[in-house]
Amino acid sequence: MSSQIEGTIIRISGPVVQAKGMLGARLYDVARIGNLGLIGEIIQVDGDIATIQCYEITDGIKPGEPVIGTGEPLSVMLGPGIMSQIYDGIQRPLPAIKDVTGAFINRGVETPALDLKKEWEFEIVAKVGDVVSGGDVIATVQETPAFLHKIMIPPNISGKIIEIVESGKYTIEKVLAVVESEDGTRHEILGYQRWPVRIPRPFKRRLASDEPLITGQRIFDTFFPIAKGGVAAIPGPFGTGKTVSQHQLAKYCNAQVVVYVGCGERGNEMTNVLEEFPHLDDPTTGLKLMARTTMIANTSNMPVAAREASVYTGITMAEYFRDQGYDVAMMADSTSRWAEAMREISGRLEEMPGEAGYPAYLASKIAAYYERGGRVEILNSKEEKTGSVSIIGAVSPPGGDFSEPVTQNTLRIVKVFWALTKKLAEQRHFPAISYLESYTLYWDVLKDYYKKHFSDDFDKLRTRAFRLLQEDNDLQEIVQLVGPDALSPAERITLEAARMLKEDYLQQNAFHPVDSYCSPEKQAWMLRNIFALYDKMRELFDAGVDLKDMMENEIFDKIPRMKYEPEIEKLKSLNEEIQKLSPTNFEIITI
Amino acid sequence: MSVKNELKSYKTVREVSGPLLFVDLQGRGGVSYGEICEVVTGYGERRRGQVLEITNDLAVVQVFEGTSGLDTKETSVRFIGQTLQIGVSEEMLGRVFNGRGIPIDGGPQIISEEKRDIAGNPLNPVAREYPRSFIQTGISTIDALLTLVRGQKLPLFSGSGLPHNQVGAQIARQAKVLGEGESFAVVFAAMGITAEEARFFQSDFERTGALEKVVLFLNLADDPAVERIITPRIALTVAEYLAFEKDYHVLVILTDMTSYCESLREIGAAREEVPGRRGFPGYLYSDLSTIYERAGRIIGKKGSITQIPILTMPNDDLTHPIPDLTGYITEGQVYIDRALHRKGVYPPINPLPSLSRLMKEAIGKGSTRVDHAALASQLYAAYARGRELRDLVAVVGEESLSDEDRLYLNFAQQFEDRFISQGYEEDRSIFDTLDLGWELLTIFPNPKRQLKRIDEELIEKFYPLNRDPNYNFHDVNA
Repeated sequence: MSSQIEGTIIRISGPVVQAKGMLGARLYDVARIGNLGLIGEIIQVDGDIATIQCYEITDGIKPGEPVIGTGEPLSVMLGPGIMSQIYDGIQRPLPAIKDVTGAFINRGVETPALDLKKEWEFEIVAKVGDVVSGGDVIATVQETPAFLHKIMIPPNISGKIIEIVESGKYTIEKVLAVVESEDGTRHEILGYQRWPVRIPRPFKRRLASDEPLITGQRIFDTFFPIAKGGVAAIPGPFGTGKTVSQHQLAKYCNAQVVVYVGCGERGNEMTNVLEEFPHLDDPTTGLKLMARTTMIANTSNMPVAAREASVYTGITMAEYFRDQGYDVAMMADSTSRWAEAMREISGRLEEMPGEAGYPAYLASKIAAYYERGGRVEILNSKEEKTGSVSIIGAVSPPGGDFSEPVTQNTLRIVKVFWALTKKLAEQRHFPAISYLESYTLYWDVLKDYYKKHFSDDFDKLRTRAFRLLQEDNDLQEIVQLVGPDALSPAERITLEAARMLKEDYLQQNAFHPVDSYCSPEKQAWMLRNIFALYDKMRELFDAGVDLKDMMENEIFDKIPRMKYEPEIEKLKSLNEEIQKLSPTNFEIITI
Repeated sequence: MSVKNELKSYKTVREVSGPLLFVDLQGRGGVSYGEICEVVTGYGERRRGQVLEITNDLAVVQVFEGTSGLDTKETSVRFIGQTLQIGVSEEMLGRVFNGRGIPIDGGPQIISEEKRDIAGNPLNPVAREYPRSFIQTGISTIDALLTLVRGQKLPLFSGSGLPHNQVGAQIARQAKVLGEGESFAVVFAAMGITAEEARFFQSDFERTGALEKVVLFLNLADDPAVERIITPRIALTVAEYLAFEKDYHVLVILTDMTSYCESLREIGAAREEVPGRRGFPGYLYSDLSTIYERAGRIIGKKGSITQIPILTMPNDDLTHPIPDLTGYITEGQVYIDRALHRKGVYPPINPLPSLSRLMKEAIGKGSTRVDHAALASQLYAAYARGRELRDLVAVVGEESLSDEDRLYLNFAQQFEDRFISQGYEEDRSIFDTLDLGWELLTIFPNPKRQLKRIDEELIEKFYPLNRDPNYNFHDVNA
């Protein structure tokens, strides 16, 4: 345990405070600032002068007031009570803050991150004499119906259990077990552990990702899937549906735990999540979504330094869940606001700026953050177990310009790029994700999984769909130049098929009870039907049926309804109906 | 902050630069960050300033009334040991203040019921109530396609020479919630607008008798630029008091946010900060959010704050940092379109680049009418298609269009002439607006096939040719 250091404030500029007499303070240690004891973090040390970013508003603080270096890095509390909770950027529970200060957030509030009084039902699964090391589970708590919380030995401890309690109701501060390490030190294992947010939690080794994170969103699952443990970026200008997409992913992705970080977001949007999630069911388990979700809300008007910390708080929690052997999905909305927070702090430090005023270390910070995602073999002394953290980061490029530094530095790291475009949004084509600009680098490792679990011909259908969209794009250019008259009837059929693909497949209504989630099986059938009809149109055309007559057939009214159809059987019978269509159903023009 | 009011007076101004004073504190310290000070010039004139940066030896002070006439010899600075506060009271309704909150209408001083810090504290997201009540503005395009909701922040994106002030005034005059007789107030904050524009708003409020429910804060184009930094914050502090202590539904109009941002840039430049895009400070987003996020509703409180910020986009550029960052914070935007204005359409609101993010939960059965969402989507889609075809016609001529395409062209024209266009005094009810939309859709003779975004049941009931003449369609539960 390090000792405390007391210094005095010599300069204040917004969230940046400098103090002297801080010799011995370490980088990233927490400091308490001024008479109010505001929370801050040391971000620069120069001789006995420490520069501190303050997580609260510094109005009214004077030079000469004390600063206390606590000697502890900024850490999060990890244990039962964390699930379904909503925190600010430095893990203070917002409902508890509300109880203390009312509707508005005042300064200097101190509330523990986890409820210290609540008693949980601990089920002890280890015994005296067991030799354990970091990551071994000694107890479990059924924290919510959807989440079994595993109490683990903290990563840096190993030895033999010399004492352990019986199963029963305890608070998280109860010493559950005592571990004696080889050199004879005794470690008390509590119901919770602490971990510094800026240090990645350790694991055994990285594994390849070969299972998709199914999201129930057609554009993602069919065209640009992300693997469990993968990293994706979703950039787009305002009004293109970034946040709705993030919400959809948080709701429907098949991860066991979701960590949602609202970083510099709108207050009302967070409220919407808070109101909505407790009522929504997880489509795979049928349990409430909130039972597997933890949220961090640092809205745009909350202190900027806490926004900088919020993504680290979130990822550390995600890693903790991963270490219990779960697949975790972490959404960060938006990483641009996090980068801007870095820029603001950097500007106050008068550092030499890089591109667009961002600090020169922007690229390395972004890279290091996304590298904390991945599928890994987790710490554990017994069997081989895996866990994963998938990271989906929203990016808000100024003016929708993807060449700006945050987008570019993010794209260098991530393997999935979901490009939101204003053009599609203005056509009310939602989700407004460009099918031509986006990409995924995971398809090659995932396609076998799709083949095995969803449909034999998934890869084939997907390839056809891509080709059709590309053809459509080329033909649209011609139409723009010389008008639709210039197209041959065969080309018009292609345009018609592409229109179905775009309107009746890619467009997905996030607010429709059925269409909001579309299973991969249903996706395969929808695609199959569209292509069956496309083939049939060509066949009929070759037999002499006029395109216009063809389009009068009621089957064309059934295609747009597929997305609202809850039963896959109906889609199968639609396929049969399409196959049965023959030239005899139409008037034939003979030339 | 109840610091004892010991006189901390300094006659040691080291430098005057732009809006800033650099005061040598001679190592005496005791001045806090954000503290307010009184600056007395050599002639005895008093001004107010605020500490932007502080060390033991130096205070950087921004002077709200500007620094002209200040020197390094005679000017004295006295720190008053408090952050910037304003006295608030219900009596402020009907009064006119300058940008610093001092009455300029010749009336008596306000006896404040309470003093409040103008910076305001962030609203806890768990204490917010999601905005759901529909506000009828009487402007068809807004009500039908870009519904305004209580507690929303919905800016007008405009350009110089466009009638955004008229639209803002019309909204302020006509805004109401269906079937409720609650207390309603307008807080109007002008930043850097001309005396002419200010008079327009004032006389409009007077003419319609709304003035007694309006609090005006006027920082005009020739008032000190730095003062603009505090004007919106003072206005919102008053709005919060009226909304959350006195149960008013407050509509806050902030115009022009562009002037506000430019003042922020001026201060940033004077402090020699590292600039971000177009010379605006890197913290512009955070700063704007501390204004816009002060809209909303609180669980358990009756009142609400709805914000209509108005900003003029330099060169009509939507990607300029001010509209761009605003769009990322606000819940949508209403786009005032120059092309429509040139065609003589009033209000020239182009629905295509506009958006209301809170619309979906505030409309439908019980609050507007069951057909609202589908109808809005259909009108939007048809108008978008019509506009697209109009562009195509410009290239390839009308001959190459199909009959169906011509319907859309005709629709777009009718939509602009009859639906978007309406009088400055015309207050359409939501039902009239929706019915007008249906009427325009009769351009399409085969509704079930052509109106794909509307369910068949709704077409059955609401399509004008199918309507039951004895049924009352002017009802939220229709």
